[in-house]
Amino acid sequence: MTNTATPVELKVETPFQRFRAEFFESKIATAALGIFCIIVLLAVLAPWITPQNPYDLAQVDVLDGRLPPGSEAFPGYIMWLGSDGAGRDLYSAILYGLRISLTVGLASGVIALLIGMVIGLVAAYAGGRVEALIMRIVDLQLSFPASLVALMLVAALGKGVDKIILALVVAQWAYYARTVRATALVERNKEYVEAAQCLGISRFRIVFRHILPNCMAPLIVVGTVQTASAISLEATLSFLGVGLPQTEPSLGVLIANGFEYMLSGRYWISVFPGLALLLTVVSINLVGDHLRDVLNPRLKK
Amino acid sequence: MTVFIIRRLLQALLVVVLMSVIVFFGVNIVGDPVYMLVSPDADQDDIAAAIARLGLDRPIWEQYLLFLKGALQGDLGNSFIFGEPALQLIMHHMPATMELAFTALMLAIVIGIPLGLYAGLYSESPLSKGIMAGSILGFSLPTFWVGLMLIMLFAVELGWVPATGRGDTATFLGIQSSLFTPDGLSHIFLPALNLALLKISLAIRLTRAGVREALGQDYVKYARAKGLTTRRIIFVHVMKNIMIPVVTVMGLEFGSLIGFSVVTETIFAWPGMGKLLIDAILQLDRPVVVAYLMIIVLFFIVINLIVDILYSLLDPRVRLQDQGA
Amino acid sequence: MKKMRAATAVAAGLLALSAGAVSAEKLTIGLASEPTAMDPHFHNLGPNNALTLHIFDRLVDQDERQRLMPGLAVSWEAVDDLTWEFKLREGVKFHDGSDFTADDVVCTIERAPNVPNSPSSFGTYLKGKTVEKIDDYTVHFKTAEPYPLMANDISTIRIISDETGCGATTEEFNSGTAAIGTGPFKFVSYTPGESIVVERNADYWGEAPVWSEVEFRPISSGPSRVAALLAGDVDMIAAVPTTDIATLEGKDEVQLSQGVSNRVIYLHMDQFRENSPFVKAMDGGDIKNPLMDVRVRKAISMAINRDAIVERVMEGVALPAGQLLPEGFFGVSDNLDVVAYDPEGAKALLAEAGYAEGFQMTIHGPNDRYINDARIAEAVAQMLTRVGIKTAVETMPRSVYFGRASRGADGDLPEFSFILVGWGAGSGEASSPLKSLIHTFDSDKGFGSSNRGRHSDPETDALIEEALRTVDDAKRQDLLAAATERAIDNAAIIPTHFQVNTWAAKAGLKYVARTDEYTLATGVVKE
Repeated sequence: MTNTATPVELKVETPFQRFRAEFFESKIATAALGIFCIIVLLAVLAPWITPQNPYDLAQVDVLDGRLPPGSEAFPGYIMWLGSDGAGRDLYSAILYGLRISLTVGLASGVIALLIGMVIGLVAAYAGGRVEALIMRIVDLQLSFPASLVALMLVAALGKGVDKIILALVVAQWAYYARTVRATALVERNKEYVEAAQCLGISRFRIVFRHILPNCMAPLIVVGTVQTASAISLEATLSFLGVGLPQTEPSLGVLIANGFEYMLSGRYWISVFPGLALLLTVVSINLVGDHLRDVLNPRLKK
Repeated sequence: MTVFIIRRLLQALLVVVLMSVIVFFGVNIVGDPVYMLVSPDADQDDIAAAIARLGLDRPIWEQYLLFLKGALQGDLGNSFIFGEPALQLIMHHMPATMELAFTALMLAIVIGIPLGLYAGLYSESPLSKGIMAGSILGFSLPTFWVGLMLIMLFAVELGWVPATGRGDTATFLGIQSSLFTPDGLSHIFLPALNLALLKISLAIRLTRAGVREALGQDYVKYARAKGLTTRRIIFVHVMKNIMIPVVTVMGLEFGSLIGFSVVTETIFAWPGMGKLLIDAILQLDRPVVVAYLMIIVLFFIVINLIVDILYSLLDPRVRLQDQGA
Repeated sequence: MKKMRAATAVAAGLLALSAGAVSAEKLTIGLASEPTAMDPHFHNLGPNNALTLHIFDRLVDQDERQRLMPGLAVSWEAVDDLTWEFKLREGVKFHDGSDFTADDVVCTIERAPNVPNSPSSFGTYLKGKTVEKIDDYTVHFKTAEPYPLMANDISTIRIISDETGCGATTEEFNSGTAAIGTGPFKFVSYTPGESIVVERNADYWGEAPVWSEVEFRPISSGPSRVAALLAGDVDMIAAVPTTDIATLEGKDEVQLSQGVSNRVIYLHMDQFRENSPFVKAMDGGDIKNPLMDVRVRKAISMAINRDAIVERVMEGVALPAGQLLPEGFFGVSDNLDVVAYDPEGAKALLAEAGYAEGFQMTIHGPNDRYINDARIAEAVAQMLTRVGIKTAVETMPRSVYFGRASRGADGDLPEFSFILVGWGAGSGEASSPLKSLIHTFDSDKGFGSSNRGRHSDPETDALIEEALRTVDDAKRQDLLAAATERAIDNAAIIPTHFQVNTWAAKAGLKYVARTDEYTLATGVVKE
């Protein structure tokens, strides 16, 4: 063990203050949060800080296609990151793509987490027939690898951001449910729960105030992994030809389109969106990692 | 234990039937296979004949009943495209996928758990930070992209291993696999690594998280107080506790490996059932899609069962029972 | 039709270069699409048809430009209006040593349309034809109406053996027990998804193949296929992605072969619905379908910069198209030029038709069927948007696309308003696209089955039907050209470009590019 025994100063502070102080203790996590905020800001401000609206076909010209970074586009601006095969300025396309990727990743991650968490807790606490039923449904869901579920759903539903989010939620909720249930199952049998029951604390309160916080560590691990994989999965679906529409590319679609150019030396079409994706996912993960450390009562020094 | 297993199997049967309904109807609302199959030269009569020959002119519930009737006799229908029984086709492709997924899982465990253990025990060391940074890269990059990069580096630039396909096979202990020949191993290395990357990262993170958590717990403190060696504490007590989530997740991940093999097999032209599935989906070979999904469902039910049993062996506090069910 | 004389080995000689010494050499080819069976009558599909040509021969062969050549038949002629006589090659042996005779032809013609579970039957080409054995080396094909395309249709059928093949199931072909033909290669093994291996037939009646053994491996991902060639896994690959052609050209260890294909990429427009589902006024309200106005269709054609599509999207690997088949094919018109890019003229024509304000529509296309299909759709949308037709793009996998494009709307009608599609003329002449794409949709006559815009012009129909009754080649050529001219003048469809296919082989090998897109080991020659 590396932690040395520093006597803890007793100070009156609210839980949130304590959380905040602990979170910003880590420089890496703070930097990651900063980067993530900048990424979000760039995505939100995209229409005002890019020279081209990549979704407006009147502004995109195939004659500007495949230009290397630093080339001048026909309308006169410089394409600092080059252009893709259809003539989209990659800088503009990446910022617009970020909006879609972030929406897809975060929305599906949060919705799936909430659904999965509630279902998992209910299963773990209720036990009996309810648990058996829920876990069979979870098994049913997990019978299909997320990539397959999403693949089938998107193939059936058609293209569109809302459909991708729906597909990813359906594909992922069971992971959360199973994780929560597995942890809660262990927690359920611990003394403090029995003690709480003896004290006559309501089931609801036991589950949400006492068991849930103890489930947070694995949930956040799974959550960060799943949010990252949601963004990545969307790219994979695009690669397989059932992702988001070509003309309104997410980062995933940009990478998938650029994939065809990888051997041809036009690295920028795939590499720059790839870097943007990497930066986004890594910053989410670093924040998530640290959050887990901060939130987990058992890791407290 | 036996009662538990029997009950689980009965539940599984229900799941399979339910799943067959969902899958069959789900698959049958997508697209129109006839136009994927007939030659462009076909006229309207030929198209109508093809529809009838494939049984697509019947109402969907009738098609389902026919499917169910066949399924009870072990016949999941014939592939539209290959004309062979879908089940047989999948069984042909299964060994290649299984050996790929198995190799990837082994890589994930062999590489991921020790790295995770190290990163958990010495979380402040630069090497640990490097491991964690690497693990984040591992699941941040899309599989297909990394796959092509691996091919470019190891096969095209360095020329160490072949870029695509499956190598020679040999039979050992009654199992025919390409894992038993040098040629086979050289072929499987890249796709298995590609498939494993995500899981290596996951194993690292899970193990590290588990170790860090365990180190703060009372039993470790007691063990220390009792004077047990660090080695013994880590490898007996800590490992035993952290194996639960790792076993759970890795067990579940075996399925996701098979799911993700769709992408890896496409990139590496690996003749497995993932490739078969994506081709079947893209060409609307419905019987193959349905049969594949049914097999996967069965497969997962078995895996879940095994994971639950392992659970009980690793953690006596989790009892094998479904109260009241 | 003029009588075709036997010129032994002309067909083979064109394909296989004179390989004096027969050597023990293995060739490995990476294919883009996997053949689905060894049964030559199971699935009428390009990859299958190409593969089975190694093991089986056809009565009438097609050379690399799809010109008809003697195969197992040494000559054919129409002995009267309704009867075609085929003289068979003597002394040809199947791989199992049995003789090839008229009995094999008769049983093949009986089996080909009737293979159980066949998803795409060869019955299409044998409809209305009966076969009769005259003697061991003569057969007659009879039809109820005069039929000029007999030899073209017969060239699609691979001949199997009376003894081993005709009673066999598709499984028996796949396992090899029935895969016994007269072709240049013998079946060795078939592992679905993995490989197909054939070996040289030393007793081949034509030029013996250069390669002692050939392995075909399906590698569907384009970049992976290129990587497999560069890594030395395979000696040659088919369907090189256009994006990699420039890079490969710069490499000494790779040799490219290119050739125009019989496939035209074109736009089809809804010409039968007053209110077309994907065409709207600029304000989003309903309008009378502008695509029914020939001026609008012509304006669309003028608004498309075909050179830009070829140069930018296809990276120079395509030919701008002004009609249904590239020049050199039977039935093409000499009077048709590629429509010039003229955005101002297009705007003027739209204004003349009453659409000065423009309108909006959606172009639908597949994203996994033709070379760069989704990007072409997007480029077309950009170009139309510039002349005032605000065009959205929706692309989808072909599995979803073709069903919807053909009969996705109520009443089994085509669902879309404006689509990107392609057509490969399997017969190698102009009647193929004319009768399927241009002729009025007519289930009874079997015409217009792929006429997804439901264009209908009685005069064009009459020309096509007359051509299909005319046995005289010169007259038929003129009729087909006239029908093509009229269709293009009416902008029944708007051709954009002809696909050019590219094969890549390691240095020292060259492939004789084929218009039918087949990848044949007999076409791989050493330099």
